[in-house]
Amino acid sequence: MEALAGASGDALGSSPVHRLDPRAKCVVTVLFVVAVTSFGRYDVSRLMPFVLYPVAIATLSGVSAGSVAARTLAAAPFILLVGLFNPFFDRQVIVRIGGLAVTGGWMSFLSIAVRSFLAVSAAVLLVLTTRFDLLCAGLRKMCLPRVFVTQLEFLHRYIGLLAGEAQRMVRAHDLRSNGNRPKLALVVYAPMIGLLLLRALDRATRVHRAMKARLFDGEIRVLRPLAFSRSDFLFILAWGGYFLVCRFADVPGLLSGLAGVR
Amino acid sequence: MHMADALLSPAVGGAMWAVTAGLTAYSAKKLKEIPDDSRVPLMGVLGAFVFAAQMINFSIPATGSSGHLGGGMILAILLGPHAAFLTLASVLVVQALFFADGGLLALGCNIFNMAFFPCFIAYPFIYRKIAGRYATAKTISVAATVSAVIGLQLGAFSVVLETMASGISALPFNAFVLLMQPIHLAIGLVEGVVTAAVVLFVWQARPEVLAMAEENAPMRGFSMKKVLAGLAAAALVTGGALSWFASTYPDGLEWSMAKTSGSEELPAPEGGIHAALAGIQEKTAFLPDYGFRASEPEKSAGTEAETPKPETPAAWPNPDAGTSVSGLVGGAMTLVLAAAIGMFLRRTSAARR
Repeated sequence: MEALAGASGDALGSSPVHRLDPRAKCVVTVLFVVAVTSFGRYDVSRLMPFVLYPVAIATLSGVSAGSVAARTLAAAPFILLVGLFNPFFDRQVIVRIGGLAVTGGWMSFLSIAVRSFLAVSAAVLLVLTTRFDLLCAGLRKMCLPRVFVTQLEFLHRYIGLLAGEAQRMVRAHDLRSNGNRPKLALVVYAPMIGLLLLRALDRATRVHRAMKARLFDGEIRVLRPLAFSRSDFLFILAWGGYFLVCRFADVPGLLSGLAGVR
Repeated sequence: MHMADALLSPAVGGAMWAVTAGLTAYSAKKLKEIPDDSRVPLMGVLGAFVFAAQMINFSIPATGSSGHLGGGMILAILLGPHAAFLTLASVLVVQALFFADGGLLALGCNIFNMAFFPCFIAYPFIYRKIAGRYATAKTISVAATVSAVIGLQLGAFSVVLETMASGISALPFNAFVLLMQPIHLAIGLVEGVVTAAVVLFVWQARPEVLAMAEENAPMRGFSMKKVLAGLAAAALVTGGALSWFASTYPDGLEWSMAKTSGSEELPAPEGGIHAALAGIQEKTAFLPDYGFRASEPEKSAGTEAETPKPETPAAWPNPDAGTSVSGLVGGAMTLVLAAAIGMFLRRTSAARR
């Protein structure tokens, strides 16, 4: 839950990146993820030019590199778990560096790790530099179903509240457990979750009444409409162009060619 | 069960995005037909409930490990298929964005695997059929458990198919299925028992909640024909993507299949369809196939000498750059360059402040 609160705090910043239209950031993020994931399974060095995007966005937005890295690494265990099978199943040697033979499995494992880091960091940076209500307003403008976007906003607002409720229940249980903290047995757990559910339903009823009293008609309105400016357009064009070049031209190869390495 | 971007190809991720977008639009349209705005806060709060419930763990008897509620089936039972699908999809979006569970490209797959199966398969065809109109404690327990297990099994199998079609992981099909299905059978049983226990508690404490939910879940208009047609369309799209990719990435997959389990799991690659697809793919692919040297020894070994391989266009930049020494040096240089630009940007933005 701290992840959520931290992201909301970071998203309130006022850097040039924060000021960009959420739609522009969404488009660039999607382009980035598609470009990164479209490489072959053994490509590692060709992915390197793409590191520039998270580095540049993190620096320009003033979001700390530590918080981006911490959030990105949260995804690591699952990817390592699945990726680690590659070295076992793919043992063909595809490159020799000096006396060291590198198999396809290790190469593809490295590639999976790099592309995972890149793809996740792009998504993380999107929410760290964009207020969630503005992001939802952007999604609405991009013709996502209104019911769905409203649902996203409601969910985002209530997670903190219900998480607090759950924490209080667990604490109350712990305090009555005579100092030790037993794992919940199913006979205790089911009523607890059931109660949490009933409380959630009651809360939904109260929220609905309060909203009815304020003339809610099923839609959340934004006071300040989003405006797509020239800088947003340039942002898409510049990064889109960069991704295109790095996808279709071998930038690291050109660089090493320039340096005279064969 | 969250899939990650790193293990998906854009074609599979994109196809599943399309399928999921269609399902979202369909569910949103269905919800709009019922003029009941109390559902909006109900969906929001119940989505948040799933997050909150996942913070509380319970001990799984006789194993020493602990588990928590997944929540898919409970939402379907309380909200009905359409509202539950949208709620689960929103939960998965928030998980992808804020908790790095899965990724943006994988979002389509994740929503399909974890929301479509419980809401549109397990709930209408299993839970409702068993629990039916006259619910008793027994039928509710059995219905919740069986539907949770089947929903999860289908989802897990879908994960395997999507991963295989992407061809990034080298895990062979058989090994992956044997890994995923039993694990998710265990998880599904636990999930089913917990779901049943919670639904029973609610049913005993406040029976009107379930009765209301059943009224709320409009089963009229839930025509079997439409669901089947939708499924067929989804299967066609996915199947199209699958066959396309089976022809795009033949090397690693076929090699590992032949190595570990014989080639029974593969559709005959010599077939006319494969050749035709390869031809179409060669002409239309916007991201042409990569070539790497690993495929050469395989060919000469004679295991799949007949396999038609899509030719890499000559104009394509050197695809082996990633594996050669110059490529490694270039990669390192690019990385240093990116870091240098980052430091430069930091200095200029600090100076501006």
